[in-house]
Amino acid sequence: MVGDIDVVNVSMRFGGVPALTDVSVHIRQGEVHALVGENGAGKSTLGKIISGVYSPDAGEILIGDRSQSFRSPRDAMRQGIVTIAQELAIVPYLSVAENVFLGAEPRRAGFVRRGLMRERYEALSERVGFHLPASQMAGSLATADQQKLEILRALSRDASTIIMDEPSAALSMHEVDALHDVIRSLAAHGTTVILISHFLSEVLELSDSVSVLRDGRIVRTTTAQNETENSLIESMLGRSLGQAFPKKRFAHDDAAVVLEVQDLYAPGVRGVSFSIRRGEILGVAGLVGSGRSELARAIYGSAPVTSGRVTLEGVDATRHRPHQSLRNGMTMVPESRKDEGLFMRRPISENVSVANLPLVSRWGVVSATSERRKVARALEEVRVKMGSVRTPVGSLSGGNQQKVLLARTALCSPHLLIADEPTRGVDVGSKRTIYDVLTEQAAAGLAIMVISSELEEVLGIAHRIMVMRDGRFVAELLGEAMTQESVLQAAFAESPTAP
Amino acid sequence: MTDVPNVALDPRESATNFSWRRFGSTWRTAGILIPFLVLFVGLALSNSNFLTHQNLVINVLYLQTPVLIIAAAGTLVLIAGGLDLSVAATFVLAQDVAAQVALHSNPYWAVVLALLTGAAVGVANGVVVAYLRINALIATLAMSFVVSGIAEVTTNNTFYSLFSKSSLGKFATTDFLGAQSAIWITLLVVVLLGVALWATTFGRYVFAAGGNAEAARLAGVRVSQIRITTYVLSGMAAGLAGVISLAQTLTTTPYSNESSLAFTVLAGIVVGGTSIIGGEGSVTRTVIGVLFIALIQNGFNLLQFNSFLIPLVTGVILIIAVALDVWLRQRRR
Repeated sequence: MVGDIDVVNVSMRFGGVPALTDVSVHIRQGEVHALVGENGAGKSTLGKIISGVYSPDAGEILIGDRSQSFRSPRDAMRQGIVTIAQELAIVPYLSVAENVFLGAEPRRAGFVRRGLMRERYEALSERVGFHLPASQMAGSLATADQQKLEILRALSRDASTIIMDEPSAALSMHEVDALHDVIRSLAAHGTTVILISHFLSEVLELSDSVSVLRDGRIVRTTTAQNETENSLIESMLGRSLGQAFPKKRFAHDDAAVVLEVQDLYAPGVRGVSFSIRRGEILGVAGLVGSGRSELARAIYGSAPVTSGRVTLEGVDATRHRPHQSLRNGMTMVPESRKDEGLFMRRPISENVSVANLPLVSRWGVVSATSERRKVARALEEVRVKMGSVRTPVGSLSGGNQQKVLLARTALCSPHLLIADEPTRGVDVGSKRTIYDVLTEQAAAGLAIMVISSELEEVLGIAHRIMVMRDGRFVAELLGEAMTQESVLQAAFAESPTAP
Repeated sequence: MTDVPNVALDPRESATNFSWRRFGSTWRTAGILIPFLVLFVGLALSNSNFLTHQNLVINVLYLQTPVLIIAAAGTLVLIAGGLDLSVAATFVLAQDVAAQVALHSNPYWAVVLALLTGAAVGVANGVVVAYLRINALIATLAMSFVVSGIAEVTTNNTFYSLFSKSSLGKFATTDFLGAQSAIWITLLVVVLLGVALWATTFGRYVFAAGGNAEAARLAGVRVSQIRITTYVLSGMAAGLAGVISLAQTLTTTPYSNESSLAFTVLAGIVVGGTSIIGGEGSVTRTVIGVLFIALIQNGFNLLQFNSFLIPLVTGVILIIAVALDVWLRQRRR
């Protein structure tokens, strides 16, 4: 069914907690409509109500003036509303075309008509305007292409509305550009796109309308043209953010070297040398896949080292395993807090203390009192606000989860902190807190290596930037030379001489 | 041994509203305790023989001691993200070893060697799973063939009877404060394992290894060591259970009679509410789970129902327990 979507006075509670209160939005057919807000503001919930995952407690959804009551995503799909979720739903060992027509294969007498399927696939990609090799295994596609595949699948089922929840979060820079082209062409062909995104520049670039949510209420819906990042942030927070970054406090030039890496080779890392001093924040920039996380893992010891040398506080630390690194004062906040960081169902306190249990134990028995006290102090240091340390960490917001990981490292009293994407999937308010914490810790003598795909972040907090490309450091930027252009140039250039 | 609530308890949640999450939390924390109590009270009211020393201590507890010991250790294996299907074979092999030793020398050595046998199987399981990275289900299933094969070859498929040298029997049957030594040994083992899981750094690492192995590794937990340790504990528990069972009956049992033991144990653990995929669970709940299944069987006997129905009823209850677990997990998203 085609038409404008009207969300009328929708309210929704989860176990007594209001997630959405009296929300009304008008989404015109064929527009790109962005939903923005802090984590927990209700934007994903709203998306899930429109796509039938949740049924609202009050209010209704109208499509082209007809009231709809979706009982499941299937119902919504029948009305042409499809969601492209953060976690993609593809079958890795089937081909692109088979994935697109999964469950709706053209068949005769129970047999799939491959020729016809192929024809339909070609016709579809012709109509939509982007092409993926029909017979390639879906699992071997890049993330951005897998998203395209899901979009193709949605369009093959005559989707008139596509909801995208943080579509660019897992993409590298040039993949993001490709995604943006896709979104624009969808809108140009009359498909409505509901875009849920943390990236305000993306929102401003792509959308026709923006709805800002705060605490489960719509603050306002406006034309994107009339907005700036700052105006959106102010509405999201209900206050002005002030400065996005704390003032830099540079380390002394004669501060002792904490980490020295010499000609390090590891899978994905091809000869990297650098050092970090006490109190210094080193930013590591580069495209996704340039070897930044691989470098971090090789130093920390969670991935093998082929050759080269890692020295921590003057002592050889090459090929240390994580438990040895931790004992020697090297800590890491990994890239994915869900996969590599947290024990989601365990209490906050256990998640903080796990890396340094001997600190709160005697004779191998954990002292509950000592643990509670020391964990509370570490959490205070990173400014986590929560009810009880017995609460499972999975119930916290993304920002607070990230701070729990920082508290874990703080409890190890480290000399070096490697923070891989420390603010990924974190709301605006928590971002500033994390920057404050990192800056304070550096001022207290910690050497910090920050890996980030967000350029502004690297520029905003790092004292010095190293740019990686293809497993190597290709540029070191200091002071005035630290600009978006110089970082991008180094990250993208084919060779050091190219512009 | 208290359990940590496993569900997000939002402090803002009002106390008056019924909440599925809260209900889920209560259910998980209480585990199988409520159905257990209902069954217990029901049996007590419907049959006057139920609340007797003979029935509860001898028919239920004493006969369940081998299962309780293996299940308590198996809980740690499961929480650490593993699975041990080789316990029945280990049980039988340890029993054969203990019987031979008891026939020819001091019964104390029988106990020690049964434990060592179990430990050896545990090390083998642990190394295969942790270092060869073979799926725990397949590795321990294969190991159960290997171990039961060793038992059959070494005993030439004969059974030992210890009636001529019955001093080993005292290991299980000595009466102390109205209960046999087997019960006291089981209590000790269960308490030790429960405390190890709940209060020690080792226990924390067990939860971490099963909850998120990669996160545990990055947080400095030596996941392989922890998992191997749980298999060793499981093997030793199977060995101890074997020698207790030998002391109780004074005869060894053939593997074919015990092959379902691993599943009986697993049923008890899972009915108790320990997660089959790791990261959650407790020894207390396992004890209640094992006794719950034992009470069902006891009820059938006391009420003289058709005992052929016992496996059917046990199976249905197992499915309900696991389905409830999955359902609650989904509710919490």
